Amino acid sequence: MTSVNQGGTTVTKFNLAAVSAAATGLALVAGAASAQEIRFMCYSDGNECEVYDDVLDRFEAENEGVTVVVDVVPYQAILENLPVQLAAGSGPDMAKVTDLGGLTQFYLDLSPYVDSAYWEASFGDTLDWYRGAEGGDAIYGMHSQLTITGAFVNATLFEQAGVDMPADDATWEEWAEASRAVAEATDTPFPMAIDRTGHRVGGPAISYGAAIVSEDGTPTLSDEGFAAFVEQFVAWNEDGTMARDVWAGQGGATYQDAAQEFINGELVFYYSGSWQVGRMDEQVGDFFDWQVVGSPCGPAGLCSGMPGGAGIVGFEQTEHPEAVAAVIDFLAQEDIYAEVAARTRNLPAHLGVAEAGVEFEGASPAAAAALSAFAADLADVAPAAFRYQGYAGNRAMFGITAERVSQAIVGELTVEQAVTRMASDLEAALAEQN
Amino acid sequence: MLAIISPLMRIVEIPMLALQRLLGMNRLAWVFLAPNLILFGLFAFLPVILNVAYATTGGSNVLLADRPDVGLRNFATLTDCGSVLDPNSCREDKFWRAVWNTTWFVTLQVGFMVGFALLTAIILNRDIRARGFFRAVFFFPVLLSPVVVALIWKWILQREGVLNAFLDWAGPGGFNWLVDANWAFTWSVFISVWAHMGFYTLILLAGLQAIPRDVYEAATMDRASPWRAFRKITLPLLAPTMLVVLVLALIKGVQTFDEIYAFTGGGPGTATTFIIQYIYEEGFAGAPRLFGLAAAASLMVAFVLVILTLIQLWVNRRNVDG
Repeated sequence: MTSVNQGGTTVTKFNLAAVSAAATGLALVAGAASAQEIRFMCYSDGNECEVYDDVLDRFEAENEGVTVVVDVVPYQAILENLPVQLAAGSGPDMAKVTDLGGLTQFYLDLSPYVDSAYWEASFGDTLDWYRGAEGGDAIYGMHSQLTITGAFVNATLFEQAGVDMPADDATWEEWAEASRAVAEATDTPFPMAIDRTGHRVGGPAISYGAAIVSEDGTPTLSDEGFAAFVEQFVAWNEDGTMARDVWAGQGGATYQDAAQEFINGELVFYYSGSWQVGRMDEQVGDFFDWQVVGSPCGPAGLCSGMPGGAGIVGFEQTEHPEAVAAVIDFLAQEDIYAEVAARTRNLPAHLGVAEAGVEFEGASPAAAAALSAFAADLADVAPAAFRYQGYAGNRAMFGITAERVSQAIVGELTVEQAVTRMASDLEAALAEQN
Repeated sequence: MLAIISPLMRIVEIPMLALQRLLGMNRLAWVFLAPNLILFGLFAFLPVILNVAYATTGGSNVLLADRPDVGLRNFATLTDCGSVLDPNSCREDKFWRAVWNTTWFVTLQVGFMVGFALLTAIILNRDIRARGFFRAVFFFPVLLSPVVVALIWKWILQREGVLNAFLDWAGPGGFNWLVDANWAFTWSVFISVWAHMGFYTLILLAGLQAIPRDVYEAATMDRASPWRAFRKITLPLLAPTMLVVLVLALIKGVQTFDEIYAFTGGGPGTATTFIIQYIYEEGFAGAPRLFGLAAAASLMVAFVLVILTLIQLWVNRRNVDG
């Protein structure tokens, strides 16, 4: 990050010591006066932190005296350690986070330091996701990775089974029927799977008519639409349509995906999200043909996935708010943002970059097509899904959903009991949430 | 060596003599005890006090000063039940599921473990071939990290694991062991017994070796059968060691967390969620983080552990007193 250059003057041993001591003293005094070290806590889904570290070298070159140290940590540290560090006042200056609305109380408002009009025009509604329950017009974070949930299908298995792939506007039931037929014809262990997290079932539940977060901001996990989806999902787990291992094989709110089953060719239809494209691209290779088909439709006439992703925020407790804002603003500039999106193969949340299109670096034709398909699917995302993503208590709702639906799947609770418990858990969580 | 130490001691001696004059001989003991007392206070006593304080607060703030006082509300939430025998009738049903899972787990695990450890110790106490090797074999799992134990068995038992590969090859076909609640629980007990039995075997073996040989020789001369010798000599003389093993195993059983958490994650559903996992999830993994509820639950567990520890102390004292 910083470098020290030495001249080539010949000096005696004594002189060298004296000059070095004087130079060190001067450097320390000067350093103390001007050096600003920014600690950036970062986690990677792929190569994000590596790319940030690289582009921030340019920021450092342009802003003498500011050093940005990218601390690469596991995702778990962002979820579990960061909130505790922030509460204790010992957090980093900035971080890449996914609990966007849950940490609002700690965010640094960037608006006094950046061009608010540019930010509003570039990041639009995603700025609300960071504002949490407070609302207002503060600018807290730059949404760095836009993700959207959707389905991957094994096209080769469909071809081998001689089953036609359902149309673009096909329903969940139609996909379930087709996937079962393919699995049966090709002796594939699992027709379908959905990642084990409340976030992933949010889109399908909304397509079944769940409000989840109403227009006035009231959360609910117990309306008719949500119950209808849970009932269908549990039934699919019981009859073998869904891979039971994914939701029944874990306890608590632990996240579990089914990417490995899909990559191994053991799964026909896998509902996950755009962040898996890189992994599919690298690991499936030419083992079979795969494609993204977006989110199926539900009885409510919606075909919604869930938006999401990660963003970069500064924290109020930093000693260098201006420098932190400058770093984030640098990353938010269209050319830098476009470069990072291309190199990390992430969907852009920057409206200008999205409009101009991104040429994803090193992406195969299948991966490029998949990313385009996910980007196109953004148009179908229901307003309720955006509200759910922006809701400050969504992490509590994700956890409650995963726990109680799993209990219904393994038979500890009936669907009715599970839905009732979700309602009471949510009520208790809201009462405790500060 | 003495030439180096003596001047150093003289440096220490001067302030110590001054302290002795200032505090007096008896109070000087506190100066020597102070480092240990400070460490104990900071890392043992203070956390207990903090735990009690957190148990009487609510909300999800981390800092105690930011947390509202709720009195005994957390304890009331945990114990608000129609019937504690039916977790579904409890407000905090996950707590009671974890309590009952722990109760069943401890009963089965301790029962099987002490039984098998005794059997193994008796066999290893005999003059069998390669006795040293077998003692090492039974003790080896104790040396493994709990997470390693969990991952080894997960690798064996998962859907495409070693056991299913064998069952597929042998004919009956594989089974999804970790997705079935009863099987996941059964395997959790088995793995825990496998991982910890060696430790208790070693204690029992020491107990067996402490039994005087001449008692057995006298029994043989009186034509007592091996079974009668076991019942009338081995078991009574081993009883104090057995009691210590039993209490230690009970305490360890109640504290079970890491290996089962890494093995099943507490699932399927809550089938293998034990009390310590419940506390961890409420306090640290869930959202919002309910430190108060977790602290209250941990105090309830501590109460049970204190009782078990008192039993152990009582047993030890009885043994010492003869």
